[in-house]
Amino acid sequence: MKYLDEYRDGEAARRYAQAIARLVTRPWTIMEICGGQTHAILKFGIDELLPNSITLVHGPGCPVCVTPVDLIDKAIAIASRRNTILCSFGDMLRVPGSHKDLLSTKAQGGDVRIVYSPMDCLKIARQHPDKEVVFFAVGFETTAPANAMAVYAARQQEISNFSVLVSHVLVPPAMEAILSAPHNQVQGFLAAGHVCTVMGYAEYEPIARRYRTPIVVTGFEPLDILQGVYMCVRQLEEGRAEVENQYTRVVRREGNPQARQIVEEVFEVSPRMWRGIGEIPNSGYALRSAYANFDAERRFNLTARVAEESSECIAGLVLQGVRKPDQCPAFGTRCTPEHPLGAPMVSSEGACAAYYRYRRIGEPARI
Amino acid sequence: MEAAFSLSCPIPISEYPVVLLAHGGGGKLSHALIEKMMVGVFSNPALETRHDGAVFTLGDPPSVRLAFTTDSYVVHPLFFPGGDIGSLAVHGTVNDLTMCGARPLYLSVGLIIEEGLPMDTLWRVVQSMQGAARQAGVHIVTGDTKVVERGKADGLFINTAGVGVIEHSFHIAPQSVQPGDVLLINGDLGRHGMAIMAVREGLEFESTIESDSAPLNGLVQQLIDSGIEIHCLRDLTRGGLASALNEIASVARASIAVEEAYIPVREDVRAACEILGFDPLYVANEGRFVAFVAAHDAERALAAMRAHPLGAGAARIGVVEADGRAGLVTMRSRIGATRIVDMLSGEQLPRIC
Repeated sequence: MKYLDEYRDGEAARRYAQAIARLVTRPWTIMEICGGQTHAILKFGIDELLPNSITLVHGPGCPVCVTPVDLIDKAIAIASRRNTILCSFGDMLRVPGSHKDLLSTKAQGGDVRIVYSPMDCLKIARQHPDKEVVFFAVGFETTAPANAMAVYAARQQEISNFSVLVSHVLVPPAMEAILSAPHNQVQGFLAAGHVCTVMGYAEYEPIARRYRTPIVVTGFEPLDILQGVYMCVRQLEEGRAEVENQYTRVVRREGNPQARQIVEEVFEVSPRMWRGIGEIPNSGYALRSAYANFDAERRFNLTARVAEESSECIAGLVLQGVRKPDQCPAFGTRCTPEHPLGAPMVSSEGACAAYYRYRRIGEPARI
Repeated sequence: MEAAFSLSCPIPISEYPVVLLAHGGGGKLSHALIEKMMVGVFSNPALETRHDGAVFTLGDPPSVRLAFTTDSYVVHPLFFPGGDIGSLAVHGTVNDLTMCGARPLYLSVGLIIEEGLPMDTLWRVVQSMQGAARQAGVHIVTGDTKVVERGKADGLFINTAGVGVIEHSFHIAPQSVQPGDVLLINGDLGRHGMAIMAVREGLEFESTIESDSAPLNGLVQQLIDSGIEIHCLRDLTRGGLASALNEIASVARASIAVEEAYIPVREDVRAACEILGFDPLYVANEGRFVAFVAAHDAERALAAMRAHPLGAGAARIGVVEADGRAGLVTMRSRIGATRIVDMLSGEQLPRIC
């Protein structure tokens, strides 16, 4: 397929891996931010091509994984209401809340619907004027424009039976949290290409300078990731700490101005809880007061209850790159996709799911 | 009755108090349901083979080998590019019999019709079933109709069952798989599942993705008639190639290795999968099967498949390894690394971004 096969070429991948091997003179630890990149690394076996001295650790870029249990419980509470339709991206449905997930809520009679775009929710809201339609607005900066657009359009079109349960998180504050943690081992980042498609990468420049850490905006195909690693290693070897763009076919320094504008219109930066990690200042989006009517937490008067986490799950350490999924004692035994203890085991961007799906049996992870 | 009540449900209520859609998705939860709840209760030798149908003998001494199978069809929409629920219900049962190595003969049809279904719709489905039966060379010899209240069925559900006769001496079943066997498939993967998804989700591509729904008995009969040493056949329906290979690897205690680059997937299907975040290995087909054949017959089998219209895109995709880990399916990726191919937990769900 055009624009895809070229980036999955086996021969080119091996040449890139050899170029990285020639470049590297000592061990380096690089974190890929996005769970989509983690899955590509495991699915294609990209890490197996790299020299032993390069360690890839997996970052927090899995929106489903970092959504607090408390919010999943709230989504379940909404979905269990009469005359209410909860719309969600499909990925969210298997994530365990305190007591159950949205799939079981659906099986027990809750009206839970999978949508591909938040704009579909407006259509559903118009079709069911007698019901409340709530969208579970989860994601990083990537999904923020579409989610913002749905809220904006709902206000323009005066759709009063629509609201959003917001759980939006931001990448740069999470990177700073990782870099300033006492146990940090990360020496370079592959930034998430799709986040930067929206936001650009100017905001990463102060981070690279302050923490003297190279950041390479990177795509999602095998050759993108290998080239990202190459660029990152070259900076590390040369003692540079800059922001570079590998994903030039998609990302510009200023991002997508129209997308940023609609995000700016609807959302404001706020503190956010990250599941397994805790609260990070200025690390999320909340609806601006002009759009407060569309806030589902307010509309349904949902107050925070004590959410229950599995005491055994080390998702927080996995999400910060401190532990690998297969270093968790519960991995593949007490925690499986059928019986997940934490979200990274069931999300299509979760690191535990990637290890379970692609590298479970008898294949010790080298990375 | 008392005895029945004293038995505890094998699916612990603490885990799944109610049935989820994933229990019908063809992945691990479906298997757990079948293994824990059905196989244990109905236990008998024919069921133990875990095949697409039951194979048994009649006569004393045994003179006739028969295959018997059943399947239900709840597809929505009823009509889709490349087929409809009627032709699908015939193809599905014909193919299940074919995968047992049988020549399909007779089918039954059970129709569960929702009140309010347009009579013309029902007529089109019935005609389509007859067309599909004629094409496959089978007869629909008995049936049943039930009408349920509006809202109690999604327009129309169909159940078909079928009987076929086995006229050769091969034992075509997962248990016959041997190290060294070569895996062949009869064409590109993922078309049926993505044709349905595209219609349901209103996705439009430059060309319409059409279902691959087709009767496979003619093609398989050709392989059998050529005397090719077939060890196992499996159609790649719910759960796709990945689930079929995992099922066979598990029953046969075999280690299966496939090559990603050799598995044909059409451009438009790959594009649709990329957009939705689906893996074509897990997408349903209705006219595709994998054949495990003896290595010395592999080239001949491939040529015989390619000579048939339904096998024009046939490909050799992998082997059964002698030294691999029993029950494991692995795949060499396009960039040359090896990974496992797991059975999914439930259905594939579209991703966030």
